[in-house]
Amino acid sequence: MINVAFTDNIQRHVECPPCAVTGSNVREVLDAVFETNAKARGYVLDDAGAVRKHMNVFINGAQIKDRTNLSDPVPDGASVYIMQALSGG
Amino acid sequence: MSDQMFVATRKGLFRIDRTGSGWSVGATAFLGDSVTMVLPDQRDGSVYAAVGHGHFGAKMHRSTDNGESFEEIATPAYPERPENVEPIRHPYKDMEIPWSLELIWALEAGGEDETGVLWCGTLPGGLFRSGDHGASWQLNESLWNEPTRKEWFGGGYDYPGIHSICVDPRDTNHITIGISCGGSWQTNDGGDTWVCRSDGMYAEYMPPEMRGVGHIQDPHRVVHCPGHPDALWTQHHNGVFKSIDGGRNWSDVTAIKPSKFGFAVAVHPYDPNIAWFVPAVKDEHRIPVDGKVVVARTRDGGHSFDVLAEGLPQTHAYDLVFRHALDVDETGSRLAFGSTTGSLWCTSNQGDSWETISANLPPIHAVRFVGV
Repeated sequence: MINVAFTDNIQRHVECPPCAVTGSNVREVLDAVFETNAKARGYVLDDAGAVRKHMNVFINGAQIKDRTNLSDPVPDGASVYIMQALSGG
Repeated sequence: MSDQMFVATRKGLFRIDRTGSGWSVGATAFLGDSVTMVLPDQRDGSVYAAVGHGHFGAKMHRSTDNGESFEEIATPAYPERPENVEPIRHPYKDMEIPWSLELIWALEAGGEDETGVLWCGTLPGGLFRSGDHGASWQLNESLWNEPTRKEWFGGGYDYPGIHSICVDPRDTNHITIGISCGGSWQTNDGGDTWVCRSDGMYAEYMPPEMRGVGHIQDPHRVVHCPGHPDALWTQHHNGVFKSIDGGRNWSDVTAIKPSKFGFAVAVHPYDPNIAWFVPAVKDEHRIPVDGKVVVARTRDGGHSFDVLAEGLPQTHAYDLVFRHALDVDETGSRLAFGSTTGSLWCTSNQGDSWETISANLPPIHAVRFVGV
């Protein structure tokens, strides 16, 4: 299983409790999360399915490289953190 | 006259009510968040608000209790880009024009006889229609696929954007829109086909050979007179333009004073010869002329202008008024406008005198009266 947690800042707009899902890459993991929390999708990804410009996704503390196709592999047991980027100072 | 208005700001939405003791804030929503547009829809009393979250993207909300509470509804979303369609690159900057929603910049109701129909203008240049009170949105593919779109570009923003949508009350299939910088466009068939209607406008920011090209014009705001929809006014980057033939031809209104630059324009609801502007020092400065906030009003179709200052700050005032931040009510007597420094003024005599409603609101994006 993959443990997924969200930034506190997103909770003001859409409830995103921590969850455990399956998936072998970022796309599969996020699809699984949004399958049960459809409203959250548009807060994390843009219309084209890419990570929003001012959002970040980390796997075990390392930022993902592919923000467009979300192809970074996610090992079983990993922790995925969905954060907002520190933008604007 | 209208005794209520909504004010969309950089840090929230405010409903301003007029009671026996004057104007005051009657309701707030989205405090701390940027509200980029608001639409009080007088056909059914709904209020629509577009919120632009810096991190989480643009979102749309609807209120059915006059702004006391809001519920998130569908956000206009660009359909998936077909594999055989290459992304468009900005014509003058080394960047790609995104195929996704950046900002909700315009929101208008459809006709009186089509409750639930909404039109939404966005950055990077897509026009959306909803037929169900915003429960779903469809991109207008015809305009999005318009070949000249590859030459549109952003003015203040990096990407082109649709800021003005005028639905003809005589025929709701007849719609005029304004794009910065893509000119003025018109459809006569509900959006199936579009034609550029910028003849007469000129672009001093382009090389001489391109000054008259229609689809690179920068109309900052396009409005029509609801009672005479063939009369349109435009505050353009390079001046004020007027059309009396439904946008087919635009004439340069040179009598505007104290300057020809600005963003906002409002036209009287049934007298097409009366229009208001809030001029500023041209593009590289964007401050009031001589630090004095004034409104320019014409009552003779642009042949002459009154410069209205009574009740407005006349010393060291640096308020800029964005394109959606000036509105006139259905009577044509009451107007309000708000500024980038959070001032909000109102008149009940067509601008002869103004009162300050607030000097401490967040930077104001849009001001819209509720219908009477």
